[in-house]
Amino acid sequence: MNDTALPDQPHQARRRWMAVLARAHAGSLQSLLADCGALPAHAVLRGPDGGLVMVRGRAGGGGAAFNLGEMTVTRCTVRTETGFIGHAYIAGRDEKRAELAALADALMQDPDRADEIERHVITPLERKQIEHKTERARKAAGTRVQFFAMQTTRS
Amino acid sequence: MRSDISPGFADPVAGTQACFRSVLDAMSRPGRLQSIHGVSAPPPLCDAAAAVLLTLIDHETGLWLDPDVEPARPWITFHTGASGLGCHGRGAAFAMALSLPDLATLPAGSDEMPETSATVILQVSSLTTGRCFVLQGPGLRGSADLRVDGLPPDFAAIWQRNHALFPRGIDLILCAGNTLTALPRSVSVREA
Amino acid sequence: MAYVAVKGGERAIDNAHAWLAEERRGDPATPALSVAQIEQQLGRSVDRVMAEGSLYDRELAALAIKQAQGDLIEAAFLLRAYRTTLPRFAHSKPVETAAMRIERRVSAIFKDLPGGQVLGPTYDYTHRLLDFSLLEDGAVAPGPSTDGEQATMPRVPDILGQEGILEPDVVADHEPGDLTRDPLSFPAPRDIRLQALARGDEGFVLGMGYSTQRGYGGSHPFAGEIRMGEVSVEIEPSELGFAIDIGELMLTECQMVNQFKGSKTVPPQFTRGYGLVFGFGERKAMAMALVDRAMRAGELGEDATAPAQNVEFVLYHSDNIEATGFVEHLKLPHYVDFQSELQNVRRMRAEVAE
Repeated sequence: MNDTALPDQPHQARRRWMAVLARAHAGSLQSLLADCGALPAHAVLRGPDGGLVMVRGRAGGGGAAFNLGEMTVTRCTVRTETGFIGHAYIAGRDEKRAELAALADALMQDPDRADEIERHVITPLERKQIEHKTERARKAAGTRVQFFAMQTTRS
Repeated sequence: MRSDISPGFADPVAGTQACFRSVLDAMSRPGRLQSIHGVSAPPPLCDAAAAVLLTLIDHETGLWLDPDVEPARPWITFHTGASGLGCHGRGAAFAMALSLPDLATLPAGSDEMPETSATVILQVSSLTTGRCFVLQGPGLRGSADLRVDGLPPDFAAIWQRNHALFPRGIDLILCAGNTLTALPRSVSVREA
Repeated sequence: MAYVAVKGGERAIDNAHAWLAEERRGDPATPALSVAQIEQQLGRSVDRVMAEGSLYDRELAALAIKQAQGDLIEAAFLLRAYRTTLPRFAHSKPVETAAMRIERRVSAIFKDLPGGQVLGPTYDYTHRLLDFSLLEDGAVAPGPSTDGEQATMPRVPDILGQEGILEPDVVADHEPGDLTRDPLSFPAPRDIRLQALARGDEGFVLGMGYSTQRGYGGSHPFAGEIRMGEVSVEIEPSELGFAIDIGELMLTECQMVNQFKGSKTVPPQFTRGYGLVFGFGERKAMAMALVDRAMRAGELGEDATAPAQNVEFVLYHSDNIEATGFVEHLKLPHYVDFQSELQNVRRMRAEVAE
């Protein structure tokens, strides 16, 4: 998220689409993938299985880490018949979502499919997610208190 | 990630439950052979050893790997989450080896907490042929015979030194093919 | 404690469960409550159950609330039990609350702070009059939204910290302790204390926090900043070798700022308490920050005389599932124990009568 170090640059693109996929609903992913050309068959290497991630915070917000509590997570790893391996770790307990996200991750690594998946799946999903976040930010902005300085009047 | 990592258990829940039960039975009935199903191991591991790793290891488990097991490290890490400890076995809860490691380098637990010792998962070439050992102790009425091909020549002496540490000491899970058996530290061993 | 053989208990239990299910459902003429309704419309209950069950999953928490007929401690118990069936894949990177997508952000120490006071969907300004219109299910108009740039919202500790007037965060490299793995032992370091408070009973933590304000603890706290909103969670799977964003959590964070006189070695600085909880848990986060500060008494060279400063007392009694486990175990048969007490009392009375 805050990665700006050069060695991480090659991963920035993949981080972006994986983050978008992690938030997609299974139904949306399924129908958007259906709009793409024929998809390669895939084998599941691991999962989809549900488990936990222990969420950590920092004391004071910036200090030493502490264990805050766990969240449900579902993960999946697939290999397409075209030889690409896709991973997904997504918040929640939806196995179908995890498998579809892993498949999409694999397809995005295939130079022959990436543009199409970006256009038909990632971009539309990202747009919806940004709209949702923007709407909440606008609601919050409506509750920002506008302090007006007292005007001194001179007669 | 390497593209040649093979899957783990076809049914992880049922597979690990069954394997755990087998390991429990093996510890309770030392020397009795248990058969394991449901996973194809990556070389150089045998199926039983791979199954035990999938069942007992997770990302918080201290796992020491024998250098000969290195080719299987990516598979182990991917499926269990364990990254494997460095050259020292000091923090190990489990060790995976193809030849018996020096037990003195692994934690033997303490008198107050003997359970903090390490368990060695040792892959051997056979549990039906090889030198014959006689086992005696808790879980056995009288004695039991165990044939193992793949233990060092002075194994009985090594084991008796371990056994003498009781309640501290190392426990051993022996794996060959898709069979396993166990020697808890409470069992004494002599050559037949 | 001995066990007493019971006949006919199984039938009584089955019947009890059947009646429970019926009571839970209530009048069949009334529409059944759905888990989705609880998740959407009883969000504050869901937040509390997630925090005290120590499991962030809104749907599971809502299900637990339905199953427990709204008994939130029972619901948290259900989540704790369910957690034990799931393997842990990883721990997250520490969440960046500085990058939170703010829905509420207020400060009692600065009126006009950078980024402003954002009220969010708060109850603070309601008049606490029962709203009888809610007896009907009228349509609810969408709240107004406003265009405008996203203001940057620097954290108040960073604003004050520039002058050195606020104690800074201390970064450490060691792995934090974990109450879900190792039994509580003392002295308990701050990471353990924060984990315990985050999952502690809101009522208990609130009472303890209140006690610090009433003179049992001597701190004079100010709410430096409270922020609520969504925060991304990242993990770094070894098969990838880089961190990935796996989704969002709603969190509430509170920074309490307390007075402190300087010591021989430390010039006068404000000291801090910290609260962080799942969901929209403002009351809990504020109370947690007060109690966190109180439990730091030893580290800050203060006399620890008040109950909230007694780390053992606070940590041993903050977990409501533990507490109810022991309190409610008193319902179990103690027939033999009591018989022996009865005999003692009768014997002592007979001796007195002689």
